[in-house]
Amino acid sequence: MASRLWNWIDSRMPSIKEEWRKHAAEYYAPKNFNFWYFFGSLALLVLVIQIVSGIFLTMNYKPDANLAFGSVDYIMRDVPGGWIIRYIHSTGASAFFIVVYLHMFRAMLYGSHKEPRELVWIFGMLIYLTLMGEAFFGYLLPWGQMSYWGAQVIVNLFGTVPFIGPDLALWIRGDYVVSDATLNRFFALHVIAFPLVLLGLVVVHLLALHDVGSNNPDGVDIKKYQDASGRPLDGIPFHPYYTVKDLMGAVAFLAIFCFVMFFIPEVGGYFLEYNNFIPADPLKTPQHIAPVWYFTPYYSVLRAVPPLFHSQFPGVLAMGAAVLIPFFLPWLDRSPVRSIRYRGPYYKTALAVFVVAFLILGYLGTESTTVWGQFGFDAFFLDTKDRATWLARLCTVVYFLFFILMPWYTARDQVKPVPERVTH
Amino acid sequence: MIVLLLAPLSGWAAEAGYRLDSSPHDPHDLISLQAGARTFVNYCLGCHGLESMRYGKLTDLGLTEAQIKDYLMFTADKVGEPIRTVMPRKESKSWFGVTPPDLSLAARARSADWLYTYLRAFYRDAKTVTGWNNAVFENVAMPHALWTLQGERAYDRESGKWTEIAKGIQSPPEYDATVRDLVNFLVYVGEPAATRRKVIGIVVLYVLAILFVFTYLLKKEYWKDVK
Repeated sequence: MASRLWNWIDSRMPSIKEEWRKHAAEYYAPKNFNFWYFFGSLALLVLVIQIVSGIFLTMNYKPDANLAFGSVDYIMRDVPGGWIIRYIHSTGASAFFIVVYLHMFRAMLYGSHKEPRELVWIFGMLIYLTLMGEAFFGYLLPWGQMSYWGAQVIVNLFGTVPFIGPDLALWIRGDYVVSDATLNRFFALHVIAFPLVLLGLVVVHLLALHDVGSNNPDGVDIKKYQDASGRPLDGIPFHPYYTVKDLMGAVAFLAIFCFVMFFIPEVGGYFLEYNNFIPADPLKTPQHIAPVWYFTPYYSVLRAVPPLFHSQFPGVLAMGAAVLIPFFLPWLDRSPVRSIRYRGPYYKTALAVFVVAFLILGYLGTESTTVWGQFGFDAFFLDTKDRATWLARLCTVVYFLFFILMPWYTARDQVKPVPERVTH
Repeated sequence: MIVLLLAPLSGWAAEAGYRLDSSPHDPHDLISLQAGARTFVNYCLGCHGLESMRYGKLTDLGLTEAQIKDYLMFTADKVGEPIRTVMPRKESKSWFGVTPPDLSLAARARSADWLYTYLRAFYRDAKTVTGWNNAVFENVAMPHALWTLQGERAYDRESGKWTEIAKGIQSPPEYDATVRDLVNFLVYVGEPAATRRKVIGIVVLYVLAILFVFTYLLKKEYWKDVK
């Protein structure tokens, strides 16, 4: 019966089988994927988790400035299983960024951005940008103090653009302050526009990847050595080998995910900020406004740059540049080898320092600039003596130098010989 | 809402100085939760509501609906109604300078430690409108609602020294226990599903652990032939 039904479908729509063959059963992936290669499929899993939990949240959420906060609390208390759905979605938001950051770091480890996978990297970066927008719009929806003032701060950043700034900010908000109009449009963008773009970009990201084939921890091209029927000797069909492996990875990931969600859903105020349990109050600015952890590295860059002529615009430009500069990675990286395994000390050091700087920037962005107090003396020439601000400035410089100097240090690095075939 | 506890112009900086005590509350202690609910309706509900919470939900604390009606339900007729305060919002603003905030999410916004310390840190201060001040929350608009229990104390901000002015009905350990129960109740109200959440979490993690073993074995079986 089942096979007759399948034959009936197949004779009318052979492309199902064809696509399955092309992207799973006969998509040859290198056999030496390691731990870092779980995060691509995990990102897809989190996307599905977010969409499904999001659909259920919208069934009870009310995008109305008077009702939004209460409706989230209603979901947490009175909707059967509502708290589970809400925690899935709030944990999923942070999990998405953790997974995506690790996925991007994998690319930098093994040179997955390098030729011929530049487009894969570009589409990946577009996914990352879209995800940032999606997260930003979504964060306003609970309509807590942090939601409100976080959105206010970010929208005001656009207001610093010379000449058109104030009009631009007004256009984004749809009002002179963040208000019901803002909440409604952010809701529309969060539940429809950005998820659609995200899904489309994920499809293109995967299509681009499957056209050129996956990279691997050795960074060697597996298509070079093929058997008589044209299959790469070091490749294995994605299905079943990587479907079962990724299934195992997914279960391990879900265990960590569920641990967070059931036992520490707030993660000490990092996943759910305490201030966001206070309803938005347009008349009461919190003393310390910090974005959620996944934006804090860029927020640190913004705060690190001193204002010019009383305008924060230079900081905004620096922050924008920090977000966009990784787009150029495929062309900045001049190394003849892909994988970190065969790169020299320059790139290894640079990447390590970059990661440390990025993490420090992230930490500093969650704290106020006075977190470690001030220097006890007047030796410095700029506007502030806060130690945290100075460290943020140092890390900001490191962040940019990692990219700007990359053509120089990757071209001069002492690379090791790359093996002909993958090591497994 | 909780921010509104602050007198209008004082910032959050005021609380930075005072060291918070660790709250000894225990969400599994039903007797303590019931005592906390009772303290709440007797001493807090006059000004503060728990509007996200319905009376009927308090069966979580091991109470029957009849008990809830008899001992706790002073501001509603039906158990399905939310725990509202009787204080009119508009007038209360003119009385206190701010509307006393709803406390449904107080424990989540402020933390149990903060509440536990705050409720034990009121002192007499002739300079304020209410005659009360708080070591954790300088110039708080709220007077000491539990003062008959704790008594009256003075506090010197410079030296950090507490001195007793008048004894309350309860001894200091008894008062600490009362506050502990009240905080316990507010923590429960902040997230009624919290206890159940952990129980479900344990089951889910066991299921995933078993599933992981199976998926690991499945992967190993398939990958046998990858050389």
